[in-house]
Amino acid sequence: MTQTFSQKIARAVLYAFLLIVFCGPFWGILATAFNSATVQPGQLLAWPEDFTFRHFAYAWNEAKAYIYLFNSIVVVVIGTVLQTLVSALAAYALARKRFRGMAVVSLAILSTIMLPEEVISIPLYLILQAKIPLLGVSLYNTYFAMILPVVGWAFSVFLLTEFMKAVPKDLEDAARVDGASELQIFWHVILPLVKPALGTAAIFGFLMIWDQYLLPLIAVDKKELYTIPVVLRSMRVDEIMQVNIFIAVTVIATVPSILVYLALQRQFNSGLTAGAVKG
Amino acid sequence: MLFKLRVSPWVVPWLFLAPALIVFTWFKFIPIANGVLMSFHKVKFVGPDEWVGLNNFQRAFGDGALHAAIGHTFLYVIISTVIGGILAFSVALALQDQARHVRIIRTAIFIPAVTSVAILAEIWRIIFYPAATGVANSFIAIFGVPAQGWMADPDQALFVVILLEIWKTVPYNMVIFLAGLAGINRELYDAAAVDGASVWRKLWHVTLPGLIPAFSVVIMLSFIRGFRVFTEVYTTTGGGPAGRTEVIMTEIFKTGFERLDYGYASAVSFLLFAFTVLLTVVHISIKNRIDRF
Repeated sequence: MTQTFSQKIARAVLYAFLLIVFCGPFWGILATAFNSATVQPGQLLAWPEDFTFRHFAYAWNEAKAYIYLFNSIVVVVIGTVLQTLVSALAAYALARKRFRGMAVVSLAILSTIMLPEEVISIPLYLILQAKIPLLGVSLYNTYFAMILPVVGWAFSVFLLTEFMKAVPKDLEDAARVDGASELQIFWHVILPLVKPALGTAAIFGFLMIWDQYLLPLIAVDKKELYTIPVVLRSMRVDEIMQVNIFIAVTVIATVPSILVYLALQRQFNSGLTAGAVKG
Repeated sequence: MLFKLRVSPWVVPWLFLAPALIVFTWFKFIPIANGVLMSFHKVKFVGPDEWVGLNNFQRAFGDGALHAAIGHTFLYVIISTVIGGILAFSVALALQDQARHVRIIRTAIFIPAVTSVAILAEIWRIIFYPAATGVANSFIAIFGVPAQGWMADPDQALFVVILLEIWKTVPYNMVIFLAGLAGINRELYDAAAVDGASVWRKLWHVTLPGLIPAFSVVIMLSFIRGFRVFTEVYTTTGGGPAGRTEVIMTEIFKTGFERLDYGYASAVSFLLFAFTVLLTVVHISIKNRIDRF
């Protein structure tokens, strides 16, 4: 396609505009967090006037950003792994087996796809505080309270079920003739064949868990267990923190998901597309 | 080597389903059932709950604060869906090129979509700081516009929060539209070009019809996200100023967790859930009708 000079200029202006709108604010908090002098509230700099690591050091050591970052990472890593594993196990039964009660189970799980988790926040809060039968302990104020409620996710179960249905029966039969157990078939035959779908499920799971706010808010009330999105608001409301330090904490909070996204960019794009088409 | 356990065949699927069934039962099914039960009760913290029949639901129909919140929620959903949808579609058209620099821009503008809402909200509070020092106010000052209150101004607050929703969802919806654009048969464009169709006619007769499934996904996702919106509002304005950004979920949260009126909060939650199910059913039936053509 040939473009005239003015068309090229127009395109460049459009690209610059999009970059400023969608990335500019992230650049702004980064530059401001590195600026030595304290900025006015609401002010963001395009470039630090005199460069310093001081605010990050304070945010990390004194404001203890590392604790909240650690909590967020524990929740998102364990949550994503468990969610994908539990979904894959359930999908295996739903896709590769025919059994009595299957229709009821699929319908029950499917029905929660339409359920906005927010509407069960009060009964969920009560059940997190209740003692678990047999164990006699409550999940409230533990990592489990922030992790276990997101492990069951209908979207992930159904995504994996769709993909597992497409695996030819012959492969499974061949493994069975060779004397493979059910777990071996699941682990060595089916899972490797649906690897891209596992990636898609894990990426959606990661985004969903990383974005959780209401759940960690109601699942714990000990500050040392807060995840970083929850602690941001409490730092702003409860402690009046110096502007640059608060911005440094915000930068620390944005880094992990951006790094994961940049590292897995290709998988993100194909995964999001596949998920959008299936959903 | 995985150990082998001899079990009768009918148990096998249930063993695979067991972990999922346990977490779904404990964290979804039981809370749903308890929520429904609570909505017919006045929940007491000492002694048994009191059965109040449909009182909580009747109360919802006469609750002015709730009606205001429902109004704000509808505004939120409609504006963010329409404007966000049009913007995402336009950005997708502008960035559908496969050139390297366009790919890099697509990657870069996706950053708000992978950042959690609570963090975006803090960035929004800095940009729309209601004094002359704020980023947005310094920007409009260039054009001689006086400083605005933004989220501190009762008339503007809701729109600034909607803008946050649009900021986060446009990159995400752009990806869905790009997938749709990639799926349109190239020959249709060639045929249109042979017939001498203008750019606008190609857009209207080839691109838009080919994107109907993408529009359907984007609208549905936006509706589902919008009616349950909580974090975007709670972390930016908290429902203020003067309750002008209160939405259904922040109202439920305050009724439940601040006023500790579990019964009424559950009844309103139940109504919101019923409405979401209704929306989904309508969406599926419309989708099936379109698919038949």
